[in-house]
Amino acid sequence: MSTAAIEARDVFPTPPESREHYLNVNYGVRSWLLTIDHKRIALLYLASITLFFFLGGFFAVLIRLELLTPAGDLVESETYNKLFTMHGLIMIFFFLVPSIPAVLGNFLVPMMIGARDLAFPRLNLLSWYIYTIGGVFTLCAAVFGGVDTGWTFYTPYSTTYANSNVMLTAVGVFITGFSSILTGLNFIVTIHTMRAPGLTWFRLPLFIWAHYATSLIMILGTPVLAISILLVALERALHIGIFDPALGGDPVLFQHLFWFYSHPAVYIMILPAMGVMSEIIACFSRKRVFGYNFVAFSSVAIAVLGFFVWGHHLFVSSQSVYAGLVFSVLSFLVAIPSAIKVFNWTATLYKGSVSYQTPMLYAFGFIGLFTIGGLTGLFLASLGLDVHVHDTYFVVAHFHYIMVGGAIMGYLGGVHFWWPKMTGRMYPEVWARLGALIIFIGFNLTFFPQFVLGYLGMPRRYHAYPPEFQILNVMSSAGASILGVGYLIPMIYFLWSLRYGAVASANPWQATGLEWQTPSPPPTENFASTPRVTEEAYDYAPLEAKVA
Amino acid sequence: MRPEFPLFPEQASTVAAHVDALYYFLIGVSLFFATLIFLLVVSFAIKYRRRSEDERPQPIHGDLRLELVWTIIPLGIAMLIFVWGANLYFTLSSPPSDALNLYVVGKQWMWKIQHPTGQREINQLHVPVGQPVKLTMTSEDVIHSFFVPAFRIKMDVVPGRYTTTWFEATKAGEYHLFCTEYCGTNHSRMIGRVVVMEPVQYEQWLQSGNGTGGVAVGEAPMVVGARLFKEQRCVTCHAGSVGGLVLGPSLAGLFGKAVQLQTGETVTADESYLRESILNPTAKIVAGYQPLMPTYQGQISEDELFQLIAYIRSLEQATETTGEAKVEP
Repeated sequence: MSTAAIEARDVFPTPPESREHYLNVNYGVRSWLLTIDHKRIALLYLASITLFFFLGGFFAVLIRLELLTPAGDLVESETYNKLFTMHGLIMIFFFLVPSIPAVLGNFLVPMMIGARDLAFPRLNLLSWYIYTIGGVFTLCAAVFGGVDTGWTFYTPYSTTYANSNVMLTAVGVFITGFSSILTGLNFIVTIHTMRAPGLTWFRLPLFIWAHYATSLIMILGTPVLAISILLVALERALHIGIFDPALGGDPVLFQHLFWFYSHPAVYIMILPAMGVMSEIIACFSRKRVFGYNFVAFSSVAIAVLGFFVWGHHLFVSSQSVYAGLVFSVLSFLVAIPSAIKVFNWTATLYKGSVSYQTPMLYAFGFIGLFTIGGLTGLFLASLGLDVHVHDTYFVVAHFHYIMVGGAIMGYLGGVHFWWPKMTGRMYPEVWARLGALIIFIGFNLTFFPQFVLGYLGMPRRYHAYPPEFQILNVMSSAGASILGVGYLIPMIYFLWSLRYGAVASANPWQATGLEWQTPSPPPTENFASTPRVTEEAYDYAPLEAKVA
Repeated sequence: MRPEFPLFPEQASTVAAHVDALYYFLIGVSLFFATLIFLLVVSFAIKYRRRSEDERPQPIHGDLRLELVWTIIPLGIAMLIFVWGANLYFTLSSPPSDALNLYVVGKQWMWKIQHPTGQREINQLHVPVGQPVKLTMTSEDVIHSFFVPAFRIKMDVVPGRYTTTWFEATKAGEYHLFCTEYCGTNHSRMIGRVVVMEPVQYEQWLQSGNGTGGVAVGEAPMVVGARLFKEQRCVTCHAGSVGGLVLGPSLAGLFGKAVQLQTGETVTADESYLRESILNPTAKIVAGYQPLMPTYQGQISEDELFQLIAYIRSLEQATETTGEAKVEP
């Protein structure tokens, strides 16, 4: 279908109420809780992870309030430790890991490849239930007294010494892992077997490549997390000596097992955001992504190399010096594919037609923050320097630049970009731009001072700290209050737009990609007839060539 | 004087300036790339901004030469940083041979330090300027981490094993000591101070002993260790014979030497080896001996282990001069 044809049809978009689509095909709680439509399951995930995001954010607010003063005076030390533990657990396992794959991926993977649904629709619904059950367990742990091991569950603290709800939390995380595995499995099978006729691997949108790479990590890494947590539970409950030296175990073994999943997990969070970036930047520059093959293969390179860098979390753990050398050099190597992506996105803008709608503002923000996050990763990969900054606020700042500055900016950019497709309504552009700006400013004010704090030597997970660190902590807390407001703004206008937003056309951004060639919101079966693909991705060919 | 609003921590050890040099270099690299990306994005975004809705730019597929440039140049810089950082790491993990040996035990939530001269401190550490100090550390419970920002050193303190770190202080003063591995409720209160003194003051401190708070002066660890060696009946097999039979290898001159094992392997008799041989004697059997020794796991404390090791270590020094142990058991 040519671009001109889409435009002609979209001059007078019809309100979504006037025809049948996936949202109004049937109503009622049952029609949602038993749905096997990937689009509805995506919205179930959207609602759940939004809930968890604001819950995790609430814990972050309490943490930043406590750190306004050097003395630990707002809450008890034990409470503080539970706060940062819950913040980490919720944000990582219940928000960041599922965010883009389970919401945008679920919605878009079938649409982008011209399929009716994922390969296993019932498994897809099951994965949401598993996620929800895991979430309920973890919330129960929080309600019945909390857990204070840190999200990292380091042994022997977690197995022998902690007096909090370690078991309940462990069960929650263990269960939730399976939802990740099932989602990954579903994506891989779908991408292999359900691509529309003509949609060859190198015609796929880069969003699909990123999700393919992410899925590989999900199905290969998550089982190792499940095993590690199971071993913690066995030692804690039955005193089988695995990690506690008092029982004949090795405490550092746990760190190897844990980071074997949890480092690749960082790529589960960032790779999908990179996929979103490629879509947004191409659309709002109206140009094919520069160096498509390099961007596609860099996702796979990150997924593969990402499995061999876990030891950089153990540079001061008593791991051997030579193991440290190997993990350090591999960590530097994994930085290269990320650099390649950033350079290619930048080059995509060159001689493009760049517009500044909200998704593009998030993309600019992503490039800036991800670049800083990536570059500060070099500091941590460097052995001699990591000794000083390890487990300080420098690390906290670094991973928030990647996970919040990278993954959440990518997620929000993606939600704005596909909001018209998902709901049939436009969000208010002015408010959205303002929100993006406030989030960007608030984010930097919150986390940049933490780099300085970390190099000065402030350790992470400190309830009280020496008074000379106060100025930087106050700056960080002030920034967090701005960031908090920034996150509330989209929440409000997205809800507002469901009723009052302008009616969205099938393709409001004049983007390429199969998902834009079906009405907004799409019908349950996605496409009236199976699309045929004859062009490469991002075929923003000159208008005259098209018409001719 | 320190500025009111410092951006960099004080440099108070021989390695601090080297670590900072790498840090400054990395800041330079980061500034260069971040600025480059920022300028390119901003200038492209302005120069090629959409001027009409009908704009359809010419597609550009890519450029292999450019891809190679922005792969190879960052790779080269990354490898440079790797080598630099690795080099520094080797320095940080190789204590000089003339270092003063201090023992550190971490427990929830305090630091216990034993000096070879008998001083014992809690949550503070007195050291002289210009003297390398090696810390051999372990934990009685969970993992802790010994961090002195002014020295740019950090090492986890792990239960069930010894870890080591070292520093040479260059400036008298008081510096923060932090625990940097989350260790439970009062993690943020497992802090202390490192007091660096001029050699003269340090000598006075050693002499005056318990003049300052928090310091107890007792017998030197090797003296206590010598007594333990007798009390725990180590002496029966390791110094002498039972009914004409030599049951255990002699420990005189052992420390730091190579030991031939039954398996044919050779290991160095360092602190970790001695620790293992006391707590888990059958793990490594010396060639020519039987696995007869009982385990001492759970029977002696971490402090006592350090004292026994200090004693065994002292046997080495004695053999070189007189052939006799300096401290008689």
